[in-house]
Amino acid sequence: MGNPMRIRAGVAGDTVEVKILMRHDMETGQRKDPTGAVIPAHYIKTIVAKHKDKVVFDANFGPSVSKDPFLSFKFKGGAAGDKVTVTWVDTSGDTRTDEGTVS
Amino acid sequence: MKTNEGDDMIKNRFGVVGATLLCVLAPAMAQTSATDEIAKYRQMLADGNPAELWEMRGEELWKTQAGSKKVSLEQCDLGKGAGVVKGAYVELPRFFKDTGKVMDLEQRLVYCRMTLQGLSREDAVKTPFGSTAKQSTIEPLVAYIASESRGMKMAVSTAHPLEKRAYEAGKQMFFYRGGSHDFACATCHSADGQRIRLQELPNILNKANAQAAYTTWPAYRVSQGEVRTMQHRLNDCFRQQRFPDPMYASEALTAVTMFLAKNAEGGVYAGPALKR
Repeated sequence: MGNPMRIRAGVAGDTVEVKILMRHDMETGQRKDPTGAVIPAHYIKTIVAKHKDKVVFDANFGPSVSKDPFLSFKFKGGAAGDKVTVTWVDTSGDTRTDEGTVS
Repeated sequence: MKTNEGDDMIKNRFGVVGATLLCVLAPAMAQTSATDEIAKYRQMLADGNPAELWEMRGEELWKTQAGSKKVSLEQCDLGKGAGVVKGAYVELPRFFKDTGKVMDLEQRLVYCRMTLQGLSREDAVKTPFGSTAKQSTIEPLVAYIASESRGMKMAVSTAHPLEKRAYEAGKQMFFYRGGSHDFACATCHSADGQRIRLQELPNILNKANAQAAYTTWPAYRVSQGEVRTMQHRLNDCFRQQRFPDPMYASEALTAVTMFLAKNAEGGVYAGPALKR
């Protein structure tokens, strides 16, 4: 399991804004360590957010996304108290799922 | 004719005084248009400060059993009583009766990790500055403890004679020139309106600057991709001054921290913050 994310979600009218902070090195695979050896790529590949079993956000991240990514997006049709589940999968097959509650 | 000349003289005098006033004011307004834009950018970034992830991890570590005694840190006394984390950071460094010493947060954490949890000194001070390859246990703990003082005013005391002594020692060190380049902390940090490239240098002898500086450490440093503590900041200052590597959690660094923290008295603690 990857490192825990911090998920914050707030509703204004019928629009929910979700803000996610992820702890991930997002190593591009282009860097070299002090000995000259390439530091292997290790980054989040996909991220999916669901609200009541419906996918509200789906993205392919890549090596261009920097370390400890912050993601913010909005979707319609949510209400206070609802749960939003976020899952990411990275290049080493590691995954992390966390849940946030809409306030 | 005479009146006109008199008028001209008065106009000139005020003109000169006016210009002088502007010159006097300008150094106090340390910001240029470039640094204003950076301040705006920082506000935008503050929304997703990765330091929060360190705070979360720190809270977890505070409550996790560790060491030979398999105990958590929840009984650690940070100066306000066993286990009291709220408001502890803004009163550190301080004198501790049980050790008879003035200690900063990191020295105190090392002490608790050794005495409460039974870690060896080697393990208690291991990896104080984390990296991608080696995560630090200390940085998240400092981030968590500091976050529990957010919004509170800096209130470090120098009432105890040893606290006063630490402050005076820190002050002496602040002005001490040494190393290959004859640098002192004061070389960069004792005048208004200084900067290195686009990094503003707080004047520690100016109360407002000192408050703004001290109340924003620890911070997530984007250039490092890690949360960095005051111990790291001072270590980095030593490096930049071409001084020898200071010992982690040494009395010397605590004395300098005491000087900085006391000078920041009354400042509202705003950390863990976000820095370049």
